Amino acid sequence: MDKPVTTTTPQTDRADHLLIADLVAPGSRVLDVGCGDGALLQLLADRRNVDARGIELSRERVNACVARGLSVIQGDADRDLLNYPDQAFDYAVLSLTIQATRQPQTVLKHLLRIGRKAIVSFPNFGHWRIRSQLLLTGRMPMTENLPETWYASPNAHLCTIRDFADLAELVNAQVETAVALNSYGRQLPIKRSIALQNLFGEKAVFLLRDRSR
Amino acid sequence: MSTAPGEKLINPASASLSEVHRPSSQVVHFAEDAPLRLDCDQLLSPFSVAYQTYGKLNADRSNAILLCHALTGDQHAASANPVTGKPGWWVSLVGPGRPVDTNRFFVICPNIIGGCMGSTGPASINPRTGEPYGLDFPVITIGDMVNAQVRLIDHLGIDQLFAVVGGSMGGMQVLEWAASHSKRVHCAIPIATAAYHSSQNIAFHEVGRQAVMADPDWCRGAYYAEGKVPRNGLSVARMAAHITYLSEEALHKKFGRTLQDRARVTFSFNADFQVESYLRHQGSTFVDRFDANSYLYITRAMDYFDLAAEHGGVLANAFKGTQTRFCVVSFTSDWLYPTRESRLIVHALNAVAANVSFVEIESDKGHDAFLLEEPEFFATIRGFINAAAAKRGIATA
Repeated sequence: MDKPVTTTTPQTDRADHLLIADLVAPGSRVLDVGCGDGALLQLLADRRNVDARGIELSRERVNACVARGLSVIQGDADRDLLNYPDQAFDYAVLSLTIQATRQPQTVLKHLLRIGRKAIVSFPNFGHWRIRSQLLLTGRMPMTENLPETWYASPNAHLCTIRDFADLAELVNAQVETAVALNSYGRQLPIKRSIALQNLFGEKAVFLLRDRSR
Repeated sequence: MSTAPGEKLINPASASLSEVHRPSSQVVHFAEDAPLRLDCDQLLSPFSVAYQTYGKLNADRSNAILLCHALTGDQHAASANPVTGKPGWWVSLVGPGRPVDTNRFFVICPNIIGGCMGSTGPASINPRTGEPYGLDFPVITIGDMVNAQVRLIDHLGIDQLFAVVGGSMGGMQVLEWAASHSKRVHCAIPIATAAYHSSQNIAFHEVGRQAVMADPDWCRGAYYAEGKVPRNGLSVARMAAHITYLSEEALHKKFGRTLQDRARVTFSFNADFQVESYLRHQGSTFVDRFDANSYLYITRAMDYFDLAAEHGGVLANAFKGTQTRFCVVSFTSDWLYPTRESRLIVHALNAVAANVSFVEIESDKGHDAFLLEEPEFFATIRGFINAAAAKRGIATA
């Protein structure tokens, strides 16, 4: 039933995790949706004294997380978020996972409902290397962050930073912080120059909240 | 050995019945003035709870783990069974250095009421008549079993259990503990279980009970005085139930269509196939250690279990405001308590934002996997317990 794949990007690059840890208030309650091997949960618990919980699709990864003492359940972002009550967490985090969900818009809405704030990170398909690969080779790009072929990739909904900003607007989310990370993990704040960051950001991290609250 | 009251009435037609009246484990007696109010509104008194303990209670009484046994289990989880002489049913999980580490934790395993290993059940003497209860024993529930355990925990002077752990019907007790006594449960580990008994599971139980009751030696439950045991009925019940504890794959791998000590089929109803021989053996050894009436009462208690129904039809209400940390475990090939049942529990816990871990363990061993040494299962239990114990400040062994 469940394919043992969710987090589609190798978690060796921790720059996005460190950035998320900086965005999270110490001692808060965090739900990490698609928590993978639990590296972010561990980081948040260790450095920010966070009450950290996770959901992960891969059975093997869930078992490894629980064996490490993390509170993680086997579940599916597309199916299992609706069981959580409104504002059960201070932050609902979706780390490099939104592109692998079947219904990114619904998942994002749930995040904004479950968490007082939502943090979403994703690989930026607008990065210049990806654009140039597509332009020059005429084939689906493959990078360190997107290592699988198009047919083996679990990524169903890749997007650029601009695309994600549009989706945030569509679901009535206020962007509180948006940061792009270049290939060296350096932070490029996304303010007025979204065009530039959309070109040089390999990943992006957005801190959002529901405007209607 | 001295003769216990009422001992003279007992014909030891079943080897296990000696444990009913004089358990070789510890036992606590609750006198007439301390009755147990049952869900059926009757009072059970006096009553006894037989239990085993392993390890030592620490000074601040914070390291106690309660093990809840399954339908045909008993208090001898981690030590030799006095009836069969076989190792305890959870000896691989519970012991020194094991995931439930008896060097670190004080482990308590009671026999459930309704059982036949020393806690009060239908084979116990009814003080009103001086004879075994038989069908005069009140119908009990999972909640009643847990309430009897609460009395034991009070008796042992323990305010909060560090963990309550159990599989199958033991998992139902874990859920009941967590729902009804949540402040006394720091961690709950329900394994291979469900928050209610499904129609299919009730159906299997009914087959088993009808098999027992169709045996003329059952004598409407009064077989003790007749010196009889409904061997055939209970044995058939066990055979049918045993199939549900395995998986098709496990049966196929273990037996296939292999014949039992013969080259070809015998054109008879002898146990030609190994699987038949195996089931007959399971049936007959079970009869030697278990009381038929206990089987009826305990299966009934499981059938009646429906935690959501006890809480206005919404399972999440059972866990509202819980501070307990949960670790829910299921097994891929368990078709008696399939993963979807565990997922319902997890969803209910999510709905109240409880602290919950949930793992599904890949295994082809069926429901019985929870009794076996599955490495991934043990690693998760060990990890969950150690992390929770560290947070609770329980010293390492």
